[in-house]
This record gives sequence, C-alpha cells and structure tokens, in this order.
Amino acid sequence: MPEPLIQLRGINKHFGDRMIYRDLQLDIFPGETLVIMGGSGSGKSTLLRVLMGHIKIDSGQVLIRGRSLDDMDRRELDSWRKSVGVLFQTGALFNSMTLRENLALPVREHTDLDDQTIDLMVQIYLQLVGLREHIDKLPAELSGGMKKRGGLARALMMQPRILFYDEPTAGLDPISTAQIDELIMNLKDKMGTTSVVVTHDMQSAFKLADRLALLFDGKFAAVGSVEYFRTTADPLVRQFIDGRLDGPFVNPSDQCSYKAELLGRKIQEVPHGKKTT
Amino acid sequence: MHAAIEFFGDFFYLLLDTLRAIGPALSSGRGRHLAWRNLWIQMNRIGVESIPIVALVMFCIGAILAMQIAPELAQFGIVPPTADVVALATFREMGPLVSAVVMTGFGGAAIAAEIGTMVVGEEIEAMEALAIDPIRFLVVPRVLAGLLMMVCLTVVGDLAAMFGGLVASALLLHLGSMQYTHHALAILKVGDFVTGLIKAGVFGVLITAIACFMGLKVRGGAEGVGLNTSKTVVFTIVALILVDLIFTSVFFYLGV
Repeated sequence: MPEPLIQLRGINKHFGDRMIYRDLQLDIFPGETLVIMGGSGSGKSTLLRVLMGHIKIDSGQVLIRGRSLDDMDRRELDSWRKSVGVLFQTGALFNSMTLRENLALPVREHTDLDDQTIDLMVQIYLQLVGLREHIDKLPAELSGGMKKRGGLARALMMQPRILFYDEPTAGLDPISTAQIDELIMNLKDKMGTTSVVVTHDMQSAFKLADRLALLFDGKFAAVGSVEYFRTTADPLVRQFIDGRLDGPFVNPSDQCSYKAELLGRKIQEVPHGKKTT
Repeated sequence: MHAAIEFFGDFFYLLLDTLRAIGPALSSGRGRHLAWRNLWIQMNRIGVESIPIVALVMFCIGAILAMQIAPELAQFGIVPPTADVVALATFREMGPLVSAVVMTGFGGAAIAAEIGTMVVGEEIEAMEALAIDPIRFLVVPRVLAGLLMMVCLTVVGDLAAMFGGLVASALLLHLGSMQYTHHALAILKVGDFVTGLIKAGVFGVLITAIACFMGLKVRGGAEGVGLNTSKTVVFTIVALILVDLIFTSVFFYLGV
C-alpha cells in the first residue's frame, strides 16, 4: 500500500450551530480517483475547500504528504495550491477576461515564460477540451458545459499532479456529461493524476471511480471500491445508490425541524436519520 | 458591538495587507506587468471616466458659491473678494470632498458590485486556488488607482470650480475675469493646494479600500451584491465626512 498523499485525521467543523464534520477520517492515495458522494448540503464541496486551505477546520488535521496544512506558511500553501488543479461547480472563469486570458493568467503569474509560449500552451489545452475555436470569447458567451471545460483547461495550465472536481457534470446534458467524464478519465490515464471528484451523479461516479466514499451525518459512512458499492447490502449505501425515498438516508436539508416548528415541539434526531418525538 | 469591532478589525487588516502587497505587486518579477496593466485599467475606469462629471459638478458648485457669497459681500460694498472665498472654499474643502463623493458613486459602487459578483461566481476562490492573492491582484491596483486618480480629479475639480465662479462673476456680478483671477491667486497659498491634495489622496484610498472590502464581504448571491453596493456608498460618504473633519481639525490646530 503506498503512502497516502492526503490524510484527513479527526476533522471537526461547524458553521455556527450546524455540524458539518465530526471526527472525519479519510486517506487519499497517489494516482487514484476518489469519488465523494453525499446528499445536498452534506459538506462534499466544503471538503474540497478544506483540502485547499480555504476553510479552517475547528479541530483535527489535514496532512499533505505528512505535513499539516495548519503548519504551512503562505509560501508552502501557495506551492500546495499550485500543485492542485480545481474545477469549480460553475467553472469559475473570470468574467472580465476572454478564455485566452483566463488560461494564460496562472502561467503569467507564476512563471517567466514568454507570451508566445504561453499562448501556445493556451491553444493546446483549449484543443484538449474542444474549445480552441472559442479562444477569444468571454465566459458570458459560453454555455454551462463549455464554461466547465474552460475551467478544466485553466486548472490544467499549471500541469497539476492532483485534480479536484466539484460537481463536474451537475446541470449538464448527457452528451456534455459524457465529454467531461471522458476528459477526466483521459487525464488520469495520460497524466497519472490523483483525482478527487465530488458528485451525486451515480453514473459518472461508477464510471470514474477507483474508490467511492459516501458522506453522511458528518462522517464517511462507507468507503470502498466500485464493486463494494455495487454489491453491498448496507441500507444507507443502497438507498443512496438506488435513489429510494424510504430508508435511513436523510438529506441534511430535510432534517430541519419542520414538524417541530408546526407542532411547537422539539423532535430529536437519532443516528441514520430515524426521527422520534 | 462585537460585530462592529470585527468589521473594523477586518477592514484594518485589509488595509494592512494592501500596504504590504503594494511593493511586491509593482516591483517583483512575478506578474509585474499584470499589476501595471491592472493599475492602468483601473485608473481609466475609476478616474478618467469620472472627469466629465466632476468637471460639470464642480463648475456648478463654483458658480453657486460665487452667487451665494456675492450678495453678502455687496452689502459691504466689496464684490471682488468673492473670488477669494470661492478659491479658499474650493481648494481647501469643496474640491476634494465633492470629487470624492462623485468618485464614490461612480467608482466605489462599481468596484463593490464587480468584486461582489466575483465572490458570488466563485472567482475569488478560483483565484486563491490558482495561488493568486486577491489582495495583490484585485485590491492593490484599485486602491493605487483611487489614490492617484482622486488627486488628479481634485485638480480638475478645483480648476472647474474656479472657472464656474469666474463665469458667474463675469456674467451676473459684473466682476472682471482679470480681477477675479488676481484676487484668487493672491489669496491662495501653496498650503491650501497641498492640504486639499493630501485629503484627496486619503479619500481615494478610503473610497476604493471600502469598496473592495465590502465587495469581498458579499454573501448570498445577487441580493448580497446589491445590499453591499448600497452599503458601500453610505459607509464611504460617512467615512469621508469623518476623515475630513479629522483632517480639518488637525490642519486648524497646526494653523496650515
């Protein structure tokens, strides 16, 4: 077993009164594609922000090659961030810049490469995601799927060894979804990247993953191979994967005390979302 | 109370971080030409586009001042010192303050809305993920542009107000333009001009720093952008008046 690239050790995080993680543990190994699943509001996207050092945790440790994120100074944190490419939910292209300028920005900022070389790189990466003919368009002139592909091309410009994808296929049509999935798989095969994919698109998840992890109630309720997730009888995993309404899985957004507010009584939550009054 | 302390604390840290980032942003090899290009773009957006409005507003204010003051002075049989009062009021007070208010509405609100929209669109997070410091990349060019262009705008505003006063004096008060100019130049000291420009520079920093701060603090989508944009205008105008009071008190105490 190789040394983990990223280790999450006993992560606890609250936003105000709302618990996001409690004693969260996970190892991410080099070269693997780990797909993180979970209901809306379960903290999947937040986890990527924690890994990037954008959000401080209440307690616990995020270890990058054994070094805690908390112990990193600005230079080390920048170096970690430069080694990671992030595809945001919306693509997060800079709206005031054309695609060409968006892709060139990180390279201009962090290297001494001349403009001609940078422009060549921009064209290569835009060709890779199939957007070269749109090179001088502003993000507002692109469709949702194109923005995501543009965001992915920008994330690749610094040639990262690690890629984080935040809902890469959410809101896309089946063809665009297949294009993005294909890109992610190609990148892994050709560049050997380590990927963390946050999604609740089950089809994409099974296609992309080496391992899957299901986030529920602030913890990983299940972590395992694609085979495990396909065959397990764990009611929580089964309900999530089969998309059934009845079962232990409750979306955090559904857990608010709707009945209590209506009836004026406090409803207590018990593990796995079964409710008692 | 706790929220207010946190708010001012955060703003203070933003100013500190901006100050720290100015040197590297303009002098280091990394992204240097981008910083200069950004500065140039912002100077154009915040300053150059405000020139016609500042000139128009200050021209009117100069004319208004002349017409308000002349009848009072006429009671004592002395109209020419109208130019003295217009000059002093403009260079020491009205020039920097009114130009700053115009820049708040023109540039401050635009900066807050732009940065706020970037926050909502995950652009700031994307910037951090690309290891690009938003303070260095976004705040520094805007604050420097604010400082430089506010000084330039004030000079334009001062001249426009003097010209407005001159036109009103010539047309309505029958005060000759030579006499007006002579009086204005005789009363003005270098100190009046310099104190006005010092104030203008500080106002420029204040306007842009508050706008960037409020933009970066946007939460909750389009509604948050709208809310913080209007708050930016209100907070900035209050801050401008308070800082103006402090400056005027200090200059008064020092006898400048």
